[in-house]
Amino acid sequence: MNFLKYTGIMILVIFAMSCKKDSNINNTDETANLTLVKTITNGTHNINLYTENGKLQVGYNKIFLQLKNTDGSLIDNAQVSWRPLMHMMSMQHACPYSTIGKVAGKTALYEGYLVFQMAGNANEYWELNFDYTIGNTAYSANTKIEVTEAAKRNLVSFVGTDNVRYIIAMVAPKNPKVATNDMQAMIFKMQDMLTFPIMDGYTLKIDPRMPGMGNHGSPNNVHLTQSGADKTYYGKLSLTMTGYWKINLQLANAIGTIVKGEEVSGTNESSSIYFEVEF
Amino acid sequence: MTTNLVLHNLIYILMKRFSKYTFVFILAPFSVYAQQENPIDSLKQIQLSSVVIVGQQHVANKKVKVLSSLDSYLESNSAINMIKRGAYAWEPLLNGMATERSVVTIDGMRIYGACTDKMDPVTSYVEITNLSRANIHSGQSGAANGATIAGSVDLVRRQSGFGNKAFRGSVFSGIETSNLQKIAGSALQYSSENFFTDVDITYRDANNYKAGGGKEVLYSQFTKYNLSAISGYKIDTHQQLTASIIYDRALNVGYPALPMDVSLAKALITSVQYDRHLERAVADYWQTKLYYNEVTHIMDDTKRPIVPIRMDMPGWTKTAGYYSKLSGELSHHTWTANLSGHYNKSVAEMTMFSNDPNEKDMFMLTWPGLQTLYNGLFLEDKFHINEHWNALFTLGSALHYNYVESNFGYESLKIFYPQMQRSKARWLKNGAIKMNYNKQKWQLSFGTGYGERAPSVSEGYGFYLFNSSDKYDYMGNPHMVNEKSLEFNASASFTTPMFFIKAQTNYFRIFNYIIGISRPDYIPMTIGANGIKIYGQLPAATIFNASVLFGSPIADGLQWTGKMIYRKGSSGNLNLPQIQPFGYGATLKYQYQKYIAEIGMDGALAQTKYSPAFGETPAGAYTVFNIAVAKQFDFAKQKLVLKAGVENLLDRYYSTFADWNRVPRMGRNVFVNVVYGF
Repeated sequence: MNFLKYTGIMILVIFAMSCKKDSNINNTDETANLTLVKTITNGTHNINLYTENGKLQVGYNKIFLQLKNTDGSLIDNAQVSWRPLMHMMSMQHACPYSTIGKVAGKTALYEGYLVFQMAGNANEYWELNFDYTIGNTAYSANTKIEVTEAAKRNLVSFVGTDNVRYIIAMVAPKNPKVATNDMQAMIFKMQDMLTFPIMDGYTLKIDPRMPGMGNHGSPNNVHLTQSGADKTYYGKLSLTMTGYWKINLQLANAIGTIVKGEEVSGTNESSSIYFEVEF
Repeated sequence: MTTNLVLHNLIYILMKRFSKYTFVFILAPFSVYAQQENPIDSLKQIQLSSVVIVGQQHVANKKVKVLSSLDSYLESNSAINMIKRGAYAWEPLLNGMATERSVVTIDGMRIYGACTDKMDPVTSYVEITNLSRANIHSGQSGAANGATIAGSVDLVRRQSGFGNKAFRGSVFSGIETSNLQKIAGSALQYSSENFFTDVDITYRDANNYKAGGGKEVLYSQFTKYNLSAISGYKIDTHQQLTASIIYDRALNVGYPALPMDVSLAKALITSVQYDRHLERAVADYWQTKLYYNEVTHIMDDTKRPIVPIRMDMPGWTKTAGYYSKLSGELSHHTWTANLSGHYNKSVAEMTMFSNDPNEKDMFMLTWPGLQTLYNGLFLEDKFHINEHWNALFTLGSALHYNYVESNFGYESLKIFYPQMQRSKARWLKNGAIKMNYNKQKWQLSFGTGYGERAPSVSEGYGFYLFNSSDKYDYMGNPHMVNEKSLEFNASASFTTPMFFIKAQTNYFRIFNYIIGISRPDYIPMTIGANGIKIYGQLPAATIFNASVLFGSPIADGLQWTGKMIYRKGSSGNLNLPQIQPFGYGATLKYQYQKYIAEIGMDGALAQTKYSPAFGETPAGAYTVFNIAVAKQFDFAKQKLVLKAGVENLLDRYYSTFADWNRVPRMGRNVFVNVVYGF
């Protein structure tokens, strides 16, 4: 009898869950597996900001957006742009950011990325400004956003020997495994306080090490280079065990000159620029 | 054929010839009652084998030190060396080759050790008190239970067999001074017309031993429990069913030669066997066994005060298998066909705990949940050509299949081998021919064989396995081809009532020889390691073994035996590791009524052909002396056997080629063994 009872309840629950899904197909389906960071409102529209973990952190942030009318209906014909701005005590600056486009295959979900170089604090904060048009009407919205420190270093910012200020952000792996991981990174230049173009033609050399294991390293890593039209840098990152890894970096320009970073050797345990992963 | 513990057998022949007391005496402690109707398999073995097999005689009886370890017993065979990493669980080398190249079985059962550092060889799961004999086959004649290069060692357990209704047993105890080893146990036997049971329990507990000169060898302690039970049921005069179990549990085992110890080594070994006599001579005997065993091995460094990093290294293996053996005779042929197979899964893990408590634990799979499926057919035919000549042919073929079950493990290995396939199938072949000649005082034999083997779990799929001898991390290599061996062997013996001598030699030319090859471009994992070695293959390597055994009765009750052994292993300029230098030994034994006294000497010349590339330092020359006495007291229905002796009488500090990292051997050790039979 009990078996029947529980089976019945389970069937009901499953049925109820599937009904719920059906009725909200527009709102939730496209943001399944995403977590809401914040809803920004300007009285006319609401902009929902999503990331995978619901947080904005230092480093590369892949961000998804939905625009909604105040009645909750989704807007699928907007042209959206954004401008991040850091309000520091003494100055203001932006960060590397992408344009915003529709997610392929989705009807009303937009995407872009923001690469924060620093976290906010009590006196300094990030602001995100949106400009968008629907039809021929232009709108704007803005909000303060909370950017927190990442648990491990996933961004380096430095002045190279060529006097260029670089920002390099690790995009992947987000969930590293004991395996040969696909690694991705983006390389930007800080042209001025508000302009951060992507740099092309560089090589990001990697040397993953475990400082806690006598600087153990792994074989068959592939340095990151750009491939095709995509501006992202791709490579292979071998991690032979779980734990804390320091991915030592060297940035080489198109002619092979190292503009920052030192080779790891018996006498040099670490490069001055590195990412970290721990899993 | 079986070079069945040649030395002891020859001693036995001598004894039988010259001392009518001997036979009774050496049978004394455990199985004096065992000469009943034998289980049909051992009857068969005697028929099949041209070599003396001492039936049901207990192995322990061959040594004055009854309760010595199985390891030291095996070591007395000239084909075997034991690699010592401590006082316990030595690794048998057969014909100068380590366990990857041999097949070690218990009653024909395949068992995979669960330790990536070979700290639990199969031999560690049998107690000497359970053992009836060890069948040692050199080279391809040993391929019956699995593909091999060096040969096979089959540990055959004692069974009392069917007979008149009786309940008998013995209790035994021993103590040794060097490591305060305490030994206690009991062997019980029940037999009747169609049922028998043997149950043995042995307990050993030892502290650290002392090397010659009295220096304590730290981390050489161990505690071990072993339970073995065999039960047989006679269905009718032609059919028999036997079930057996071994439960072995070793705790707190120190390995002074290694950076880690073992907190637990546990094995459960079970089998069911069906024997049947068939009516026709052409196929007159059929034996089938199903078995299952599992081994757990937990390495532990908590007893070591200073380590670069704390770690846990557990390993597990599970093996299920069968064999089905049919034998018979047809005119001048005596033949056996053995179909055997097994499935194994081997998993080993390593978790390192960072010295920075905020960092996460470091985990890797050192054996990737590797599955092995093996199925082979082995044929043996002994052709009786004429009165003087016979020929032994063996032919075998097997399929060997590996599959990496764990995703984690597969992804790990793909770091090194991006193109690696998850599974790999191999076809293994073997064959041998041996001619035997017998005429009066002379027995001659010569033969040749060819065999192949697949890489072992570690050689094929190991992941950062640290070798504390050469201090390299070893990586398995799944892309290796089969190792192949061409062997030649010859032996000659001359026996007269006043003297015997037996010379044996074999030569292995091994192609695609599997060995660790240094890769300076890879970064080691273990803190302080010298580098990484990837298992690879040398085009060819050569191993040569030679031994001479001799003996003579000097006077009534007094006899003398001696031995000399030499091995050589090389590939080009490279000396292979763990190859025995010239070794020698001699024993003088005196028997009078129920007394026996023995003085023995063992030694070796300095090792000159050692292998620095594999972390070896030359072992020096040594000679050690042992003495022992024994006396048997007979009561009405009971008997008491008292044995005592001193090993390494002169308290010599020494270390041999077989001592891992040259850990010194035991210094002077006084032992007393008492066996009370009822």
